[in-house]
Amino acid sequence: MELLAQIVISALLVIAGIFGFLGSYGLLKLDDTMRRLHAPTKATTIGVGGVLIAAMIYFAVFQDKISLHELLITVFLFITAPITANFVAKAHLHRDVKPSELPPTGGKYGWAAYDSVSPDKQPIDTD
Amino acid sequence: MLGRILNRLFPHPQLTAFLVLIWLLLVNKVTPGNVLLGLILGIAIPGITQPFWPNRPSFRRPLRIASYLLIVIWDICLANITVARVVLFRPNRKIRSHWIVVPLDLNSPEAITVLAGTITMTPGTVTAMLSADATCLLVHCLDAADPDAVRDEIKHRYERRLKEIFE
Repeated sequence: MELLAQIVISALLVIAGIFGFLGSYGLLKLDDTMRRLHAPTKATTIGVGGVLIAAMIYFAVFQDKISLHELLITVFLFITAPITANFVAKAHLHRDVKPSELPPTGGKYGWAAYDSVSPDKQPIDTD
Repeated sequence: MLGRILNRLFPHPQLTAFLVLIWLLLVNKVTPGNVLLGLILGIAIPGITQPFWPNRPSFRRPLRIASYLLIVIWDICLANITVARVVLFRPNRKIRSHWIVVPLDLNSPEAITVLAGTITMTPGTVTAMLSADATCLLVHCLDAADPDAVRDEIKHRYERRLKEIFE
C-alpha cells in the first residue's frame, strides 16, 4: 500500500514537473504575444494540479490526516488563470494591435477596447 | 412567518452553503465551532454584499453543474497535452493561429464570464475580448486547421450547457 502510494506520488510529481517546464518553455519558444499566452495558461494548470494532488495523497497516506487546502488552491487557480490571461490579452490588444487587424464583430458595435456603447443601452458593463 | 424569517436570513441559501464550505476548507478542520463561525460568515457576507450585486443568479440544476465541471476538468487535461504537443513538436512558422469570433446567446454577465474562463482553460483557445455590446467574444486559437469547427464546438459543447444552467 505504501509502495503503491509512493509510486503514484512520484509519478504525479514527475508529470507535474514536465508540464510546468513545458509551460515555461512554450513561453520562450512561441513568437507572438497572443500565442505565448497559451503555454502558461494551460500547461501550468496540470503542473500545479499534479503537485497538489500528490500533496493530498501524501498527507492522507503518510501523515494520516486529510488535507483539503489543496482543493481550494486548485479552485482559486482555475478562477484566476483565465482572468490573468484575459487582462494580458486585453492590454496587448489595446497597446499593440489596431482594430483593423482583428476580425469584425459582425454586429453594430466594435470590440470593447476600441468602441463603447452609451451607458443606457449597455446590456452589461463591458468597460 | 417562519418562511419569511428564513427568507430574510438566507436570501441565497446556495451562497451561504458555499461560503460555509469554503470556510471549512480554509481552516482545514471540521469542528462545531468552525461550522458555527462559517455559518455566521455565510449569513453576514450575502447580507452585506446584497446592495452591490442585486441580480444574483440562482442555480436550480446541481447535476448539470456537476457534469459541466467534469467535462471542463477532462478538457483541461486534454488541453495540456494538446498545447504541450504544439509547443514541443511544431516549428513556429507551421503553427496555424487564428482569431475567431464566437457570437453569444448568453445574456447574464456571470454566464459570459464562466464561458470566457472555460474557453481560456480548454484546448488551444484563449478569450481575448468581448464586443462593446456584449454580443460576441474574440477568441485566439493557437493551432487549428478549421477555425469554424472550433467556434461550433465552443457553442455546442460549452455554451449550450451554460444556457441550461443559467437560464
